[in-house]
Amino acid sequence: MLKTRIIPCLDVANGRVVKGVNFVDLVDAGNPVEQAKLYNDQGADELCFLDITATSDNRETMYDVVRATADEVFIPLTVGGGVRTLQDIRKLLEAGADKIGINSAAVSNPDFVKEAADKCGSQCIVVAIDAKKKEDGSEGWEIFTHGGRNGTGIDAVEWAIKMAEYGAGELLLTSMDRDGTKQGFNLELTRAVSDAVRVPVIASGGVGNLQHLVDGVIEGHASAVLAASIFHFGEYTIQEAKDAMKNAGIPVR
Amino acid sequence: METLIIIDYGSGNLRSAAKAFEHVSKDITVKISNKPKDLLKADRIVLPGQGAFRDCMEGLSAIDGMVEALNESVIQKATPFLGICVGMQLMASRGMEHGVTAGLGWIEGDVIPITPNDTSLKIPHMGWNELHYLSANNTQDNRHFVLRNTDSSENFYFVHSFMFQCTYNHNCLAMTEYGGLIPAIIGRDNIIGMQFHPEKSHKAGLKLLSNFLDWKP
Repeated sequence: MLKTRIIPCLDVANGRVVKGVNFVDLVDAGNPVEQAKLYNDQGADELCFLDITATSDNRETMYDVVRATADEVFIPLTVGGGVRTLQDIRKLLEAGADKIGINSAAVSNPDFVKEAADKCGSQCIVVAIDAKKKEDGSEGWEIFTHGGRNGTGIDAVEWAIKMAEYGAGELLLTSMDRDGTKQGFNLELTRAVSDAVRVPVIASGGVGNLQHLVDGVIEGHASAVLAASIFHFGEYTIQEAKDAMKNAGIPVR
Repeated sequence: METLIIIDYGSGNLRSAAKAFEHVSKDITVKISNKPKDLLKADRIVLPGQGAFRDCMEGLSAIDGMVEALNESVIQKATPFLGICVGMQLMASRGMEHGVTAGLGWIEGDVIPITPNDTSLKIPHMGWNELHYLSANNTQDNRHFVLRNTDSSENFYFVHSFMFQCTYNHNCLAMTEYGGLIPAIIGRDNIIGMQFHPEKSHKAGLKLLSNFLDWKP
């Protein structure tokens, strides 16, 4: 039976781990390679690096981090943040990433996702969707780009369907309303997207305790759950998260 | 020292596979190569693969002499061979992804879409799943050398939308379950293929790679 994945995510800036609260107030908390090894040893099912300095000139540092991680960590590694060209994707794959997260570049040019999936295979293309409750009060969620700064007017569920059609192998769905709040995933959003597409959906944004992970799967219908700070600051181990999910009847590795 | 060649034909993450082999053995030289002549000198050959069957087969065929060198080293010289993911699927007679494409034809079968009997199951089949060993491999004593000391509770990392449907059951060593049975390990003689990624399957996967390096078919 396929297991539900638990994915710790590390936000990386200039080669160091940070975690933002609503994407501001960054706190430096360590070496990403060491942290990745720790999660690997704890039984994480995958790892995710989000390069939040990606728009600046410091790309090479991230390739070094990916290379050093891939040398020692033998579980799948997703890397996202500032990926704009096929060349960016190739370099990350060559450094040892298994999947590449594409966010803003997909919005500015949806065909980039098609092209990337054609060239590299859908299995390594993860479209990251940052969604927020529509501000005009209408039903549903709008997607945002550039770390949540820029609204797009695009409906999140429609976008998810389109990205799956364009060849995304997986969607990483972050609720901007919840990110950093520790109030749990936006379950309504997660379920709406998960039920609308055939590809797996990773729930992200807002995890504050282990029940939130369980809720994301059982109520949100997510195929995988992603969290940062609850693992990162040692509040819970990966094993504790797995135990909680197992006790709730969710198959885990 | 033995030399292991990982074939570079423009498909996927080769570094992880190379590092995984280096991690499990200090007594092997791991070389990533796109040169057919390297295959003829290799002690072991690994064919990785990601993406669509047709693209991978075209990528392999685009290297002058590569398919011929593979046939010579693996079929005629019986060099131990491991195919991973699409690298395993390429051993089939035919692939049905993006039209019908002839494969290497080493193990009879077709590569067809996964069609889980539960339509709520996601495609691709992505994540960790366990193996069900088939008849000849279901006890430790009988198990294929590459699968020795494995345990049916262990999980391996899969990511695929197509599967290798073997014409003959005896070529299928282990299955996985995802809305029906999916071949997970296939093989014959000096050839073995894994649908999952052993290089991404933590300790359970590394053990298989280590076994492959010790295998003397």
